[in-house]
Amino acid sequence: MFLKYCLKDSVPVTGLCPQAGSYGVQDSLRRGFSSVKNELLPSHPLELSEKNFQLNQDKMNFNTLRNIQGLHAPLKLQMEYRAARQIQRLPFLPSSNLALDTLRGSDDSIGFEDILNDPVQSELMGDPHIMTEYKLGVL
Amino acid sequence: MATVSVRQYHRGGFSFENCKRNALLEADINKLGFSSPAARKTGTTICGVVYKDGVVLGADTRATEGMVVADKNCSKIHYISPNVYCCGAGTAADTEMTTQIISSNLELHSLSTGRLPRVATANRMLKQMLFRYQGYIGAALVLGGVDSTGPQLYSIYPHGSTDKLPYVTMGSGSLAAMAVFEDRYKPNMEEEEAKRLVRDAIAAGIFNDLGSGSNIDLCVITKGKVDYLRPHDVANKKGVREDKINGRPETGNYRYKHGTTGVLTKAVTPLNLEVVEESVQTMDTS
Repeated sequence: MFLKYCLKDSVPVTGLCPQAGSYGVQDSLRRGFSSVKNELLPSHPLELSEKNFQLNQDKMNFNTLRNIQGLHAPLKLQMEYRAARQIQRLPFLPSSNLALDTLRGSDDSIGFEDILNDPVQSELMGDPHIMTEYKLGVL
Repeated sequence: MATVSVRQYHRGGFSFENCKRNALLEADINKLGFSSPAARKTGTTICGVVYKDGVVLGADTRATEGMVVADKNCSKIHYISPNVYCCGAGTAADTEMTTQIISSNLELHSLSTGRLPRVATANRMLKQMLFRYQGYIGAALVLGGVDSTGPQLYSIYPHGSTDKLPYVTMGSGSLAAMAVFEDRYKPNMEEEEAKRLVRDAIAAGIFNDLGSGSNIDLCVITKGKVDYLRPHDVANKKGVREDKINGRPETGNYRYKHGTTGVLTKAVTPLNLEVVEESVQTMDTS
């Protein structure tokens, strides 16, 4: 079912399943070197809950919407989210995500994700060639 | 090199990359016998009271860094919206950033609704944010304001619980201030009485708690008017050096007063000098 595919029953947890790329082995090119300690234990109690915060909020909101207005409401919204999520710049450039923000209603609120660690001002950038090849599936 | 080649989507917000490294560093430093730097706290007395026409908020002005006073006159009453102010205790940076974020959000919200923001809205936003971070943001707040539903006062704890009460105190000096409130609070006080009560409560905190000190700031919020009295009262004046005694500057003056040494005899001899020659030499200023 469409909805079941999107709303997972459990929150994805880093490290309890190793970060397998294709072939079921650790994908060093994309995720770098790893150590067992890094994989199994989160470095901060808030790390997991922060990583999945947006996902959990959406899950909660969609469930409420489904209970109040019926199944079609979250379905339609998720369709629109999928469409808006595809409006991106080239893979190595930061996108504004304006349509997605407007849909979510986060265009008139400010949180720590806007102030701290802004992706627009990040000092690191992915290698353009490799990132486009990865996006196109050529790599 | 590998991680930089193909980066995942980089999200903003808190980054926990250095937590493991910090834990290792702290363990190493403690083994050597040093201590890691402490965050600046506001070790505070803050309080608020609801009176007949509105709300009076009060705060002291000392910020501490461990056992040292970091700021003798810091401002602990933060602006949230024209009719809502918030006092903050706990980690100074946390209270500062939290109140600024909520102030911005409330401004956007009120532009979107077209109405004056409500105190309950600010309270809800604050408690949801503090609960999300499970108490790691050390901000204990006293939120007060007047909106269309009347004057309201909330206390918000770092883990996200809130209370709506007629009088609240927070901070390390909260017990001293609460003692004053419990003794003298009456519902529907007049403005002067309420200001005196808050002033006395903060003074109790200042004199009985090491973490609070310096001046007393007050903020009186009524419907349509806000009086931000900073400082309302200077409870601990720094010692003033006697600057002038008998017209002479006292500090750094090591001359003895006339009459210190007794005078036995006095003889005055005038020296008559004649002017022999007088010449003028111009100064070369080219």
